[in-house]
Parts: sequence; C-alpha cells; structure tokens
Amino acid sequence: MKQTELIPHLFRTEYRKIVAVLYKLFGIEHIEIAEDIVSDTFLLASELWGLKGVPENPTARLYTVAKNKTKDYLKHHSIFTQKISKEIKYSGTTFHEIEIDLSTKNINDSQLAMIFAVCHPCNPAEAQIGLALNLLCSFSVVEIANAFFTNKEVIYKRLQRGKEKLRTEKIKIEQPGLSEINERLPVVLLTLYLLFNEGYYSSNQDISLRKDLCLEAMRLTYLLIENDYTNKPAVNALFSLMCFHSSRFEARINEDGGTILYEDQDTNLWDKELIEKGEYYLNLASKGDELSKYHLEAAIAYWHTHKEDTEQKWENILQLYNQLLQIEYSPIAALNRTFALAKANGKKDAIAEAEKLNLIDNHLYYALLGNLYTDIDNAKALQHYQKALSLTSSNSEKVTIGRNMEKVIPR
Amino acid sequence: MKDFLLVFRTDYSNTPNASPDEMQAMTKRWMDWMGGIAAQNKLTDRGNRLALSGKVARPGNIITDGPYSEIKESIGGYSIVKANSLDEAAELAKGCPILTIGGNVEVREINEM
Repeated sequence: MKQTELIPHLFRTEYRKIVAVLYKLFGIEHIEIAEDIVSDTFLLASELWGLKGVPENPTARLYTVAKNKTKDYLKHHSIFTQKISKEIKYSGTTFHEIEIDLSTKNINDSQLAMIFAVCHPCNPAEAQIGLALNLLCSFSVVEIANAFFTNKEVIYKRLQRGKEKLRTEKIKIEQPGLSEINERLPVVLLTLYLLFNEGYYSSNQDISLRKDLCLEAMRLTYLLIENDYTNKPAVNALFSLMCFHSSRFEARINEDGGTILYEDQDTNLWDKELIEKGEYYLNLASKGDELSKYHLEAAIAYWHTHKEDTEQKWENILQLYNQLLQIEYSPIAALNRTFALAKANGKKDAIAEAEKLNLIDNHLYYALLGNLYTDIDNAKALQHYQKALSLTSSNSEKVTIGRNMEKVIPR
Repeated sequence: MKDFLLVFRTDYSNTPNASPDEMQAMTKRWMDWMGGIAAQNKLTDRGNRLALSGKVARPGNIITDGPYSEIKESIGGYSIVKANSLDEAAELAKGCPILTIGGNVEVREINEM
C-alpha cells in the first residue's frame, strides 16, 4: 500500500477503535476530548511519517502515539485531572495508574459498550442511527447528511441534541449487565436493522455510500455475536438476514443506482459466500426457543435465495409472512404476504385478500393490485397501475411501474 | 377500534377422523385466515385452542364433567380481533375455517372493565 493511501486506510479502520476505547475511558461527558486526541494522533502520524517514512508496524505506532497523547492530556490539564478525573470512575483508578488498553479485547468491549450507549431509547431511532454512524463508524456529518438525504445542519443539530440527551440522562459507557442486555437488546437490534435498511433500501445514487452503511451495520451486529453475553439467537437471526440481503447487493442495483427487480436479477451476481454465511447464522439462530421478527425475515430471505418458483418455496414464504404479521404488522409485510398468497394459493384468493387491505395512500398497494389483475382483467390492472404512478414521486419506482404497465396496455 | 372475542364452536364428537394430509390442509387454512386478519392489522391476539374435555363448577360444591352434556357443540378455541363495529368483526369471522366443518363463530364485543 502506498503511503498516500495508508493514512486514509488506517483512519477508516483504526480511528473508531481507538476513539471507542477513549470514549469509554472519558465517559459520555467528554467525547469531544476523546475525538480531539485521536484526530491529533492521526495528524501527528501523517506529518511525522511524511518526513521520516512509514514505520514498520504503523498500527502499533498509532496506538503508542494515542496512548502517549492521552497520558499527556491527563497530565497537562490540571483542571481535568483534579475535577474530572474523579469522574473517570469506570476504570476506578487515578490518572497516574490509568492504562490505556488498546488490546483487541478492550477495543471490542469498548465498541460494544458504545453500541449500548448510543442505542439508548432516550433518543428517537433516527438520532440513534445518526449517533451510531458518527460515534461508532466515524462517519462525518456530511456523509450522514448524504445518507439521510438531508443537509448537514439538520444532521449536526440532530447529533448535538442526541449527545446532549445522553449527557443529561447520564448514560454510562460500560459493559451492559445481563438483565440490561435482555432489556435493551431489542432496541439495539432495531437500530442496527434500520441502519442496514437505510443502506439497502435507500434510493440514494451513491452506491458505495449505501454499501458502507450495510457493511457498518453488519460489522456492529457481528460485534454483538463475538461477545458471549450478547450472542443471542435474535442477533444471529439479524446477522443472517443481513447476509442474505447483501448477497444480492450487486445484482439488484444497476449502474445508475436504480433497483433491478428480483425476477430480473442475474443470479450469477448473487454472492454465494454470503448466502452460505446467512445459512450458517440462521442455523445458529434456531438454537433456543426465541422466534423474533428477524428469524422470520431471515427465513423469508433464505427462501428468496432460491430463484425458481416452487410450490414449497411460496408456501413457506406465505406461512412465514403469516407469522411475521402476527408478531408485528407493517404495510409492506401485508403487501408481500398478499403477493406470496397469489403465488401459493392463486390470484383469485389474493385479489380478495388484497381488496381488504385498503392501503389507499400506498403506491405499492396499487402496484400489487395491478400485478394481481394482470391477465385476469387487464383494464382494471391498468387503472391500478395508473393510480400507483400518481402516488409516487420516485423515478425508479415510476420506471418499474411503467414497465409492468406495458404488459397490460392493449395493442 | 374496539376488541372483539371470536369463539369457535363445533361438534367435535361428530368430526370424522382426518388423514394427516387433511389435517395439514386444515392447519394451512387456519394459518392463512389468521394471516389475512393480521395483514389488515386487525388481529389483537391470535388466542389459543382449548382441550376438548373440561369440568364445570356448579352451585352446591358440585363439579361435573363438562362442558355441557345437553349440547354436543363445544368451544374449540378463541381469538381476539379489532374492528370498528360488531358488523365489521362479524365480517372478519366469515372466512373462519371452522365454518367448513359445520362449526360456527360467536362474535362478542369486549367491554374493558
């Protein structure tokens, strides 16, 4: 790796590790100090290595510099050491004895502690996702703004408010206890699930950004798997779901960032390795008696890794959606369930059920009705597709609907 | 939206023994029916099945085998749905698979205490 690439590479991989350890050391009250120290570390390294050349083990050097900088900081900020170091209660030592532990284990533990702090229900979900990207994945305000399709002022305020809330609620950055894990894991998983979806379902044209969001969500979920206390069936189920979904990442996006529908995807582009990983973690998820929505969604995603339409596939998908809707209703699950019903029980049944859904504000509802009426009553199908068009402003959706419409337009 | 109790009744003594295939088909019909109600966001609680035999406590410290010897029909299970009106709840009950084996569904509004 060239020197010009090395620093950005290390910044991406090491910044968040070092900063997580310092966040945990300093507490939520002083996260800016932690960030300043790590930024200084990288600045110093790039200056120094530019002059003297890259050392033999750059990561180890970085860690040493970060440790020294932290110790310097503690030494030179007398106010900090007198007043605030008392607050460094997590380590339970005075600053003279503080060992800045940058071992893999402590890095992982610190990141896990940060996940639980950041995904605290005192903040709304969108703030949790923003904070996770900012504090755990070291995304800049601009990058997060791009991901959320908004401007950087909005994100800046959202992050400030989120951090302030964590401070006023005195949220601790520490290894969560067993009962806390059971109580808070659902919120943590939901945030990671939403973070993944932000990348996977976004209509953002920036494909590499979307991929990064998915990868970060997977990385954080994997941290939970690596820890014995948080390695629960639902975590494995969520990770499995992410593996199955991302196995189709390349196949479902065309070069303009538009979505390629499932039936038009080139299965050669499906990532076999990720599919196998998904199966592996779905197996692990089935140990125990918990059945979360992630289990059901992962199982549905598993069946979608079989491209051919078989009776068994669609019957299984239908029953999984039947169960999923009983755990948690969502309009999209209701629509997907009705599509599976058409495949498993026939269009006649599905039309009757679809008419009952009454999701009259949802363009996907009319797109589904258009699909169901195709070849049964093409005039009706056309009407529904037209209604669907009038309800969406997304260009890629319009293209998809338009393509389906061609099948029912009389020639 | 209000909650309504659906009570499934049929004469179980009179149901012919079903083959495994028929039983599986029946289970699917129940699952699809429940899924359809859930897809309308109208399922409050899928409820449970009840065991066929039971006992009834009566005045005077008397326990009898039950539920009722005078009618053959017995309660096989219950679910709770939500709907805007009794009519709407009854509409949901129309697709219940118990109707295909000669049973019926009683629909009652739940008045919270």
